[in-house]
Parts: sequence; C-alpha cells; structure tokens
Amino acid sequence: MSVHTDHMAETERTRKRPFTVAFIGQPNCGKSTLFNEVAGYRSVSSNFPGATVSYTEGQVRILGRTIQLVDLPGIYSLTPMDPAGRETQRFLLDRGADVLVNVMDASVLSRSLELTLQLLELDIPVVLCLNMMDEAVRKGIRIDSGALSRLLGVPVVETVATRGKGIRALFGEALKVRKRQSTGRPLSRSLDVERVIADLESDLRERKFSPLPVSDRLMAVKLLEGDPDFEGILVGRTGSLPPSVVKSRKRLERSHGKPADAVISSERHAIAMQTAESCSRMGKPSVRWQDRLDDVLLHNAWGYLFLALILGVFFISVLRFGTWLEKPMTTALENRVTAWFGTGTPDSLTSALFKSAVYGFGGGLTVVIPFLVPFLFGLSFLEDSGYLPRAAFLADTFMHRIGLHGTTLIPVLLGYGCNVPAVMATRILGSPRDRFLATVVAVLVPCSARMTVIFGLAGAALGSFAAVSVYLLNLLVVTTSGWALSRLLPEPTPGMLMEIPPFRRPRLEILLKKTWFRLKDFIVIAWPLLIAGSAVLGLMDHYGWTGTVNRVLRPLTALLDLPAALGVVLVYGLLRKELTMLMLFQVLGTQNASDAMTAVQILSFTVFVVFYLPCLGTIGAMIREIGFRRTFWVSLFCLVLSVCLAAGVRLISFLV
Amino acid sequence: MNSVGSAAGSVRPLDLCRRGDQVRVLKIGGGWGIRQRLNQMGIHEGDPLVVRCSALLGGPRLIEIHGTDVALSRCMARHILVETAPK
Repeated sequence: MSVHTDHMAETERTRKRPFTVAFIGQPNCGKSTLFNEVAGYRSVSSNFPGATVSYTEGQVRILGRTIQLVDLPGIYSLTPMDPAGRETQRFLLDRGADVLVNVMDASVLSRSLELTLQLLELDIPVVLCLNMMDEAVRKGIRIDSGALSRLLGVPVVETVATRGKGIRALFGEALKVRKRQSTGRPLSRSLDVERVIADLESDLRERKFSPLPVSDRLMAVKLLEGDPDFEGILVGRTGSLPPSVVKSRKRLERSHGKPADAVISSERHAIAMQTAESCSRMGKPSVRWQDRLDDVLLHNAWGYLFLALILGVFFISVLRFGTWLEKPMTTALENRVTAWFGTGTPDSLTSALFKSAVYGFGGGLTVVIPFLVPFLFGLSFLEDSGYLPRAAFLADTFMHRIGLHGTTLIPVLLGYGCNVPAVMATRILGSPRDRFLATVVAVLVPCSARMTVIFGLAGAALGSFAAVSVYLLNLLVVTTSGWALSRLLPEPTPGMLMEIPPFRRPRLEILLKKTWFRLKDFIVIAWPLLIAGSAVLGLMDHYGWTGTVNRVLRPLTALLDLPAALGVVLVYGLLRKELTMLMLFQVLGTQNASDAMTAVQILSFTVFVVFYLPCLGTIGAMIREIGFRRTFWVSLFCLVLSVCLAAGVRLISFLV
Repeated sequence: MNSVGSAAGSVRPLDLCRRGDQVRVLKIGGGWGIRQRLNQMGIHEGDPLVVRCSALLGGPRLIEIHGTDVALSRCMARHILVETAPK
C-alpha cells in the first residue's frame, strides 16, 4: 500500500475492505490452532516454533459479522530475525489490520508480554488472548486477567484453543474495541529513557515526513533499537537517517553504559516481568510424566537410540501397512481391468482412452493412497507431539560437524512429507546461506511421492531390504552434499537458537484433519493430473507419438540401461513423482514391474527417480525462496547426481 | 577478560557450564544480531537460568529460562557470560 494515497481514497478503501482481524503472537502460542478452530482446518498447526511461515487468510461469519481473519507467522518481537517473521512485519506495515488479536502463551506470560508492549505502541486496537490457560494452570500459574486488562487498558480474554474455549468472547471483545477504537496504553519506561524517546519522537514529527506506516512512538523506539527495516523506511524517504537518531542512541549509550538496543530491550524486559509478576501468582506446578520424558529423549546416549528407533519404527510401519493394503487392491484392480477390456492393447480410440484413464484412477487409489495415508498421519503425530524440535536438538551435534544448522532438520523432516512446505519452512532459518543449504538438502530428501515409488516399486518388486537401502543411500548423499556445500560456502553461522516446546498429547481429531488437509492436495491436484496424464499417454500410444519422446530421451535411458519405453515416463515425473511409477506400470502393461524389468533396472530406475529434477511445484517454491538462478543450479546438480548414481547402480551390479 | 573456569562461583561463558548448573547471566557479548536474538528469546543480563542438558561433542545446550526450554548452539552459548547464582 502506498503511503502517499490521498485521504479520500484511503477511507474509500477502508470502507470496502472487510473488517480484518489478525492473529499475532510469539511462535508456537497456538495462533494457527485458534485460526483453524474458527475458520476450519486451513492453516497447518504443529507443536514447534515456526510451523507457520506465511500468512493464511479466511473469511468467517461470527456473531453476525463477516470477518477477514489472518493467521500471521509467529514473531518474538517487532524486529524479526528470520523471513517468516518478516512476513508478519510486512503485513503490519503494508496492509495492517483493524484489530490485532495478540495471542499469548499464558504459561510464558512474562516473555509474551515483551511483544505485547510493542504492539501497544503500534496504536491499533488490540485484544489480548491468554491462550493455553490449561497449561498455565498446570504449571501452577494463576493469572488475574482483570488486573492485566486494567494495567494495559485493553480487554483480556482467556482461551483454550485446542478445546475451542473462549473464542466467542474473544471475537465479542474484538468487535467492541473496533467500535471504540480503543488502543490501550503503552507502559512508560524509566524517565531518562522516556525523555530520549519523546525527544526523538518530536524530532520525527518536526521533520514532517509523509504519514509513517506506524505510530511515531514505535518508530522512535525501533530506530533506537537499530531495526534495519524501520531505518529503511526513513532512508527511503530522505536518503539518509536523521542525525537525531544517532545522537539519541549515543545519549542512551552514555547514560547506561551499554548499546542503545540493549537499553531498550532490557527496559522492556523489566517492565514485562513486573507486569507479569503483579498480575499472576505462582503456585505449585504439577509435574506430568511427559515433563520427565526429556531426561531420556534428550539423553546423550538414550536420546540417539530413541531417535533411530522412532524414525525406524515410523518408516517401517508405513512400509508394512502400505504393502499390506496395496497387494489385494492391486490384484483387484488388475482383475477388473482384464474383465472390462480383456488383455492386450485395445484397438478403438475410446476404449484405449478409457482403459488408460481407469489405470490412472486405479493407480492413485491402489498404490499412492495406501502409503500416503499412514505416512501423513505419522508425520502429523510427530509434528504435534513436539518431537521435531528435539530431533533437531539431537541432530545439531552432527549437523554442525558437516556445517549445517540443527534447525535445518525441521525442513528436512518435513521434506519427507512434501518438498514444497519443506522449502518454505527454510524461512525459520535466519541467514540466507543457511537457508540455501537447507533448501538443497530438503529438495534431495525423498518426499512422500517418491516414497511411494521406493516402496511401491523397489519395495514391492525387490523386497523391503531394497527399499531401506535406497533410503540409506539417500541419507548418505544428503549428508555428503550438505558437507560439500557448506565447505564451498564457508561462513560462520550463529548456530541454533530455538525454543523447545513441552510435549503435548496430539489430538486424534486434529491429526485426522491435518492428514486429510495434506491428502487433499494429492486428491485434487495429483490424482486428476494422473488420470488425465494416463489418458494422454493412451492417446499418444494410440497414434504412436510416444516413440518420438522416447527416441529423444534414448541416450538417457540407454545410459541407465532402461527400456526405451520409459523415456516418456520420466517426463511425467516432472509434474508429480508418483506419476513415474504409475506411468511405468501403464507403459509396461502390468502392475508388477519384475515381469518386464530386471532387478538392476528397477533399482537404477528408482534411484534415478529419487534424485532427478525436483517436481514443478518444488521448483516453483524454490524460485520464490532462493531465486531463479540458484534454482537452476540446484536442479542441474540434482540431474547430474541422479545420472551418476543410477549409472553407479548399474556399474556395481556388473562388478558384484 | 574475565577468568574462565568451572569452579563454583566463578565467571564463565555458558558453553563451559555443566548439566544442572544454576547460573545468572552477567553479560551478553556479540554484535547487534546475536544480542537481539538472545534478548527476544527472553535471555537478558541479570536473568537466572538452569542448564538442563548439554549434547555430545560440543553440541547444543538446553537451558531453562523463565519457565521455557531453549536450545542454543555452542557458539551462541559462548557469547553469554554467566556466574553461579547465589543460593
């Protein structure tokens, strides 16, 4: 939004724009859970800080009003240190909301208030939402929300988002503060700091900047803190920072003996602590068995054992469950197709088209779904329990050795689900270099689509040992690439700094909703694509066009010793990786690959598919996160790597 | 520079602390970025904290501060100077 728009146009727009309420708060305080409770499951909620990296919007009707609801990524402060937080900052500066609902983790009141104090300085109507009241009670914390409300001059509503408690009251207050336009009152700091802020504020006012996107007070505070984004706003207007900014910082530094930003933030910290203390009482916390879990799960020896065990059990049970479901379904499909179309190639165009479409539909149903459902469910369980950040903590020791950040493990583990959210999740990392490395590593990780190829092709035809070997080979390649890349881009990184949330019992209802939310992506995008792709393949076959594609790709298929007919299959893999296996079945005319290919061919095909070019969706996400050029190089790297590895499989089979 | 050691009562960087140490933050070093990141996680000068875990081979530490658990890498911990908290 341009700040130079004239007043008339501005009010015009405000009138047309629906009433916007934004959820803002520190990471992992339950914003997305609250959002989903109101707007239906739309924003993936998890139990780790940084689960939301871009904002989600939804229109809801509540208390007879249409409200535009926005779920913002979590931020610890209005000076965000990672791109996810910058999304939130940009939303506040560029678009803004009519009412901010400041969601707080009531069990961490004092730290949550540090953000609240900054929001109060924004001069926008605010409602405080004391979420996770149940956890606060368990920790023995009693909060007097009435006292907190009187002190800050804003309404305070207690909620338990996971049980939908207090949500109506929350929106009731949001509507009231909007009507009254009541903005609360910023708490004052010590006198000398207030004086410096006031002087800078009045200097900013005298300079008569065209209206700033935030209040003069917050602007002054953020300039004293040295926030580069707020500095950028002024530099953008006048070309340089007003000298008064530097002078004011010097004043604070001289009187307190530490940098100006430290003065401001420690004052805020002290006020937050005082406020929290005066509004809450500490009782006896009740210790749950989950709280003792860390003694084992983060233990120097047991922790790694459990990490291996948990991930091992996860993958093996997905494999077992999937195979168990897949076998009878595939046989049933084969029988049905034979009963309908007979064996051999159909001669009329319609029946060729129809048979292929049925194959596409059946392939999605019998091969992808059996593996995808248990996988997505298991991943949701890991996410919601709070184990992911612990796995990152354990992995940091080793990942640090190869030059990566322990936090990188979170995008990597998400990558096993789908590479697209994994690439987006790199936004929880602060430095661009770490983000780039995490992107490369996350893209190499076999997503659930490639998992279905590994399990459904190599696993089904060659046994689970083959499937596990492909995973281990992948792990080796991922580690080596990470190590090599971090050597190529040597840069000291500040390392991990991450909040470890308490373990929480995942709720079945949420797990099912989340699994469905992610499965829907397959059902509405990949499955239709699969059916259409399958039909197109049938059509091309009917007219003999597949031959041309296969001839163009012959050098590649010949190098890998694959049947020439598989050329066209690899092209489909660019759309979705599952397609490679399903189209392979279709091209070969059987659901059992070992009928038409040797074991070595199956293995080298699987390896090639696991590593070759990222799918179009991932490429799109990469372009957005790391830019076009780097995406090109990463894709090229993947292609070269896959050819080498698949050729390597062939070479080794010669030697053995 | 302050003397570095692990004896009780001495001033030392956080990365030299052991599991179970109860300490108080004396000073936060490093530049603007590190200071901001630590402050935003609720780690300020004067705050008491407990070292809950320290991973193998110079891996990260887990500290408990203001009722939350925070994992920080060794290089982060090195910027935090602490002293043993008076009982």
